[in-house]
Amino acid sequence: MPNISAYLDHAATTPLLAEAQAALIEGFALWANPSSPHASGRAARAALEDARSGIARMLGWDGEIVFTSGASEALTIALTRCRLPLAAVSAVEHEAVLRNAEGIARLSVDAGGVVDPASTGLAGLVAVQQVNNETGVIQPLDGIAKAVRDAGGILLADCAQGAGKIPLPDADLIALAAHKFGGPIGTGALLVRDWAMLSPSGGQERGYRPGTENLPGALAMAAALEAGPAWLAEAQRLRSLLEGAIISGGGEVIAGGSERIAAIGAYRMPGVSSASQLIRFDAMGIAVSAGSACSSGSLKVSHVLGAMGMDEKAASEVIRVSIGRETDEVDIRRFIDAWLTIAGSGRHAR
Amino acid sequence: MADDCGQRAARTVIYLDYQATTPLAPEAREAMLPWLSGPEAMGFANPHSPHRPGRAAAAAVEVAREQVAELLPPGGRVVFTASATEALNLAIMGSAPRRIAVSAIEHAAVLDTARASGGSVDILQADEDGLIAADIVIPEGTDLVAVMQVNNEIGTIQPVTRLAAQARAAGALFLCDAVQGVGKLPPPAGADFIAVSAHKLYGPKGIGALWVRDGVTIQPMIHGGGQEQGLRSGTLSPALCAGFGAAAVLAKARMEEDAAHVERLWARARDLLPEWTLNGSAQQRWHGNLNLRRDGLDVGRLMSDLRDLAFSAGSACASGSGRPSHVLRAIGLGDRQAKSSVRLGFGRYTAMREIEDACALIEAAAAAQGV
Repeated sequence: MPNISAYLDHAATTPLLAEAQAALIEGFALWANPSSPHASGRAARAALEDARSGIARMLGWDGEIVFTSGASEALTIALTRCRLPLAAVSAVEHEAVLRNAEGIARLSVDAGGVVDPASTGLAGLVAVQQVNNETGVIQPLDGIAKAVRDAGGILLADCAQGAGKIPLPDADLIALAAHKFGGPIGTGALLVRDWAMLSPSGGQERGYRPGTENLPGALAMAAALEAGPAWLAEAQRLRSLLEGAIISGGGEVIAGGSERIAAIGAYRMPGVSSASQLIRFDAMGIAVSAGSACSSGSLKVSHVLGAMGMDEKAASEVIRVSIGRETDEVDIRRFIDAWLTIAGSGRHAR
Repeated sequence: MADDCGQRAARTVIYLDYQATTPLAPEAREAMLPWLSGPEAMGFANPHSPHRPGRAAAAAVEVAREQVAELLPPGGRVVFTASATEALNLAIMGSAPRRIAVSAIEHAAVLDTARASGGSVDILQADEDGLIAADIVIPEGTDLVAVMQVNNEIGTIQPVTRLAAQARAAGALFLCDAVQGVGKLPPPAGADFIAVSAHKLYGPKGIGALWVRDGVTIQPMIHGGGQEQGLRSGTLSPALCAGFGAAAVLAKARMEEDAAHVERLWARARDLLPEWTLNGSAQQRWHGNLNLRRDGLDVGRLMSDLRDLAFSAGSACASGSGRPSHVLRAIGLGDRQAKSSVRLGFGRYTAMREIEDACALIEAAAAAQGV
């Protein structure tokens, strides 16, 4: 494995928790097919249902849970099988929502990246994420839920970046991915307030998601949630430290005035493109990203920053720093030193 | 409670349900562990991140892709999915056929998806041996033909290479569900799509793949970050990929050895169960699948009498549904005969002693029913 002096890309994925790893390895021993009616199959089924009820309890969710391979699949099920037609999605959604919503109305955001709840009163399916994956901005979902429901609509919330960290919003359909909160890659869930909101496709998971269930993944997801989000208080402190240094170093905090999750921040380094920043950080052993992991490597300017009204040049100078449970002050100090070095040499080069 | 059950099951159950799922190979498990690390190593990274740990994870995914590709024909690419079900959905929905011909004995993942695709569906009938005729007529105007390599319920091996040629001559694409055949038999030649699953070849659950012939285009089903060249969005698990890859390497290396072992188990079981009638062809068959019937047998009672024997009366997915098997019906069995049939599946980790004990238990339980 490569040596890294600071891993600050926890929004792309975060290390598997020891508890989740143990649950996964235990799960590998329960390899029978949970749909088989014999004793081995029933033992696997019982473990799967235990994981499901444990996840519901820890998330405080009293509706249904459909296990999926991740948030992208959960979002696709919600967007393609909802009984109501898709009415609108926010302009700052993840690609997993946007690509399923071509030609569908976009809900605009203000300069702080926030959707106006008053714009969401629509009588169809409305998709607004809980936490933006690039900026960390938290949407006012309680107000949005009220507006959507008053209009007779259904609210889908992509909670990939918030689940397991902050309380779930009051939404009707919720997508999440275990690997964003210390569970394994390859496991996610769609939370469903009421089965009547979706039409089934047949197969496993009560007919809402066919394919043999990934039991070890489900067990590990439950174990990861058990660990809880107490670390976010320290993340808040570390991020304040980091943002103080960036501001005094001539940088800009994106959506600094908006309510944001402590785990994610986006920062502009004026005069230095994000592409060259990433190369420099990578050479120094610091793992950060420009926008989402999926779109990394492409030279497209972030649609999120564009929706917030940033011009292309400024948007192309923004990177994302995301903090996790394991991040400590040493990591942050290393990042700050590297940031100041790159900013300094970038300016000389200009 | 679940743990107690699991331990008890692990201790005493004879597992004869290899078509439902196979045990995880220790080699596959080991291959996953480095990618299941916590913060102490960088094995957890997102393979789509461009930084160093991300690139290392991406490299592991590509190694696994090559390993899986070794079990499949040249001239195509391997798209990782969460399951063979997803792979089959991707092939069918993604090629948007207006007219699709599917065999009568396909898995529900093909039959149900074909019906849901919006295209018109023609059924290719099987004969009483459970085989699709290699020269079967493909209806005119068919865009997509789907025939599986090895049937999951009765193990019959279909003439998929010849059927693929038939489909091509008719101007249709050919989809082969190779879930039960991959790693055991050479891959079908001439297919345009091949769907496979890791957990049926001693790999982990939660990962499958669709092989797509070069030059064949399909539309994605899961949209998002554009992974897998835009064909299948969603963060890939390097661990699951590595487990799949290791299982594929092992299957390829042990193909003859595994088949010879299965052959010995098959011969012994056939000797020990002389009163039972085989469902489906004996020759054109993967011999790790022994689907048998005995007139007058109540299979429900047999299963509840034999709690320490894990076997099935059909596919795992349809188990418990009480529906008679569409496969057994397709080969001409009545509901009564279908409900007196059992499926015994065995493979690499089945010991001869287990087959002997299981056959003795089954014979005793059948005798207790007076059949």
